Amino acid sequence: MAALTMHYTVDGNDFTLAGDCSSKVKKSLTQLGFDPTTIRKVAIAMYEGEINMVIHANGGFIDVSIEPDKIVAVLNDHGPGIADIDKAMQEGFSTASNKVRELGFGAGMGLPNMKKYSDEMNISTKIGEGTIVTLTFYTKKIR
Amino acid sequence: MKLSEVQNILNATVLTGHEFLNNDVNTACGSDLMSDVLAFVKDKALLLTGLINPQVIRTAEMMDIETIVFVRGKQPEDSIIGMAKMKNITLMSTDYPLFVACGLLYSNGLGNIKNN
Ligand SMILES: Nc1ncnc2c1ncn2[C@@H]1O[C@H](COP(=O)(O)OP(=O)(O)O)[C@@H](O)[C@H]1O
Ligand SMILES: [Mg+2]
Repeated sequence: MAALTMHYTVDGNDFTLAGDCSSKVKKSLTQLGFDPTTIRKVAIAMYEGEINMVIHANGGFIDVSIEPDKIVAVLNDHGPGIADIDKAMQEGFSTASNKVRELGFGAGMGLPNMKKYSDEMNISTKIGEGTIVTLTFYTKKIR
Repeated sequence: MKLSEVQNILNATVLTGHEFLNNDVNTACGSDLMSDVLAFVKDKALLLTGLINPQVIRTAEMMDIETIVFVRGKQPEDSIIGMAKMKNITLMSTDYPLFVACGLLYSNGLGNIKNN
């Protein structure tokens, strides 16, 4: 099977829409017959990443490629970049606004959650230019 | 525990998902922190929360959480109820605050290790 690819735009101005891409990807993976555990991991990690793109980076693009043995999601934004990745990865570290906290996010658990639920996570970031987070998930065979 | 029992115990109003009231839940999680829910919640859990924004529905969707109970009499907007309906998520609203709602469900046997 050739890789199936999907491209999504993440609107950086509308918090209510955040998660829409992850929702669509979850639906596609379900239709393709991936196992629920894999689907859940992908959905959660992507969703946290998508939220970050909206609350920290003014939106961007997500590219997902689905292969028989792995799913790769590349989250690409042109936000401020991450100054200290080690610090950003710490549970509880957050620069989110109070407004975001009131909505249930901004607890500094997003990046740790993404790491926890993906098999590989790579962050490439440049101050003032943006951030690319690549999430890889190894999957069981499609039925 | 059946969702209809949850409804009775919490004296809750069902906002959407009447057709699922015969379904079972195994455990519950009470939280206003969606990232915590995303980090820790197990399968077939019911979510109790005081938040009523669309990201609560999305969090439930990602986690395969099928039921959300809004506490302290909170009522989400119709658009949010519609969103849940489309995703087959049951919504209820109870006047009890989070702590009391969790306590009532727990003392009635939901997620209680001794009773399982
Ligand atoms: N895409 C991004 N662009 C810029 N900064 C980011 C991005 N993602 C995360 N960060 C930074 O890393 C911190 C930690 O992220 P995260 O663990 O998701 O927690 P939270 O989103 O709750 O703040 C954020 O507060 C922010 O400073
Ligand atoms: Mg985050």
